[in-house]
Amino acid sequence: MTTKFTEDHEYIRVDGKNGVVGITNYAQDQLGDIVFVELPSVGQKLKKGDEAAVVESVKAASEIYSPASGTVIEVNLGLTSEPGLINSSPDADGWIFKLSLDNHGELDSLMDDAAYAKHTA
Amino acid sequence: MSESENLKTVVLNDEHVKLGGRMVPFSGYSLPVQYPTGIIAEHKWTREHAGLFDVSHMGPSLLMLAEKSGDPQRDHETIAGLVEPLVTGDIRGLKPGQMRYTLLLNEEGGTVDDLMIERPQSGGFGGALYIIVNAGTKEGDWARIEAAAAGRARLMRADTGGLLALQGPEAAAVAESLIPGIGDLGFMTGGSFKWNGTDLIVTRSGYTGEDGFEILVDAKFAPALWNALLADPRVKPIGLGARDSLRLEAGLPLYGHDLDDTVSPIEAGLNFAVSKRRREARDFPGATRILSEMTGNIGRIRVGLFVEGAPAREDAPIYDQHGVGIGRVTSGGFSPTLSRAIALGFVNPQHAAPGTQLKVEVRGKLQAATVTPLPFVQHRYVRKAP
Repeated sequence: MTTKFTEDHEYIRVDGKNGVVGITNYAQDQLGDIVFVELPSVGQKLKKGDEAAVVESVKAASEIYSPASGTVIEVNLGLTSEPGLINSSPDADGWIFKLSLDNHGELDSLMDDAAYAKHTA
Repeated sequence: MSESENLKTVVLNDEHVKLGGRMVPFSGYSLPVQYPTGIIAEHKWTREHAGLFDVSHMGPSLLMLAEKSGDPQRDHETIAGLVEPLVTGDIRGLKPGQMRYTLLLNEEGGTVDDLMIERPQSGGFGGALYIIVNAGTKEGDWARIEAAAAGRARLMRADTGGLLALQGPEAAAVAESLIPGIGDLGFMTGGSFKWNGTDLIVTRSGYTGEDGFEILVDAKFAPALWNALLADPRVKPIGLGARDSLRLEAGLPLYGHDLDDTVSPIEAGLNFAVSKRRREARDFPGATRILSEMTGNIGRIRVGLFVEGAPAREDAPIYDQHGVGIGRVTSGGFSPTLSRAIALGFVNPQHAAPGTQLKVEVRGKLQAATVTPLPFVQHRYVRKAP
């Protein structure tokens, strides 16, 4: 299992041909209290960089872009009633959607842990 | 970066940084949008205890007669006569210590700013008015007031010190423990107080819907007063984010969003700010338009909306049940007290009755919205018999 990061602070945790997408701890801290999440639809096909979800803080709405191309296979319905999970647990309970990946090779252009740490330093 | 390089700092800047405030540009100043606890916790703390806000970026000022007669009542009438042609409020009728929310209008009856005007308790302040305007409009407002005064009064800006707002149900107990006598003020009155040898100009007022005080303090003493208030466990510092969500819940318009130079007081639902004496005298800017709007000849009116689902933000279009565009949202967001999306917007009057079902467009999708009486959260001002 590896985790990769985008410049826009999404993460994708890859396990085999599937990936779990969310926003990083750095991103949730920057956004502040999340009060609403608009999820993608299961079955929706996304290209890398497509707008996949929207998270709204008290102040503003922020688009979440898909880190890779693929098909949405599951969404985190827990966020509908408890959007603050993104703040309290961005890496675990606050995941946003799962993707069946079209092309593993796309992940190579994303940042690894060390590169992302540098990006947010 | 060039924007942040030109930002002004408030006298409490170091205190905000020490507290971990997240500094953002706002009305030309660097100010904390939130502290580490976050907007929702800050918002709720203010509704339950006491929140301390730095509003030093705003525009407090004193307008003082150049030549006083020495008769406080006559001097008050003279200075009120200089300001009244610009605003909708009965300034002449203010009693010593009384403050009024009023509107600065252009000749078309559009709102140039919303502001507070207080007639200070006499003492050294006979023939003076304490005027607090918005940060983003202060230079223009002051120029307008000075032009109207035409040398007969001098405007002294007081925006280089600290202006602190202490708001919430525990504000009065906290303030009284530090500044004895302050709790005798009723809502929308003011007075001068001494604290640690310095003079404070205090009004019992605010923009959160809660009881509270706004305290003008000399720059030298501002950090000490800020820290003395924060030393009370009932007080926490509150940033701009919660300040906005609190005023939105209180249904109060924000200049530059819910009010601008095209919006009249009647369209904004601020009829109360057009004082009776002024209505009868028809002697304020845009009187013809405004008095006509008061008889029902009006194209749009400000309403509150409960929004289903995602928050509808500023500029979100509003439609009727048939999909006809009838207005737009002017400020909107999430209500921490009610845990739902709320908004202020303008619609045509046929759709302004509470309970009317409407739609708002958020990211291309239509969501249900219901016209709701304002405020969304009841005001808890502490009024006292004069």
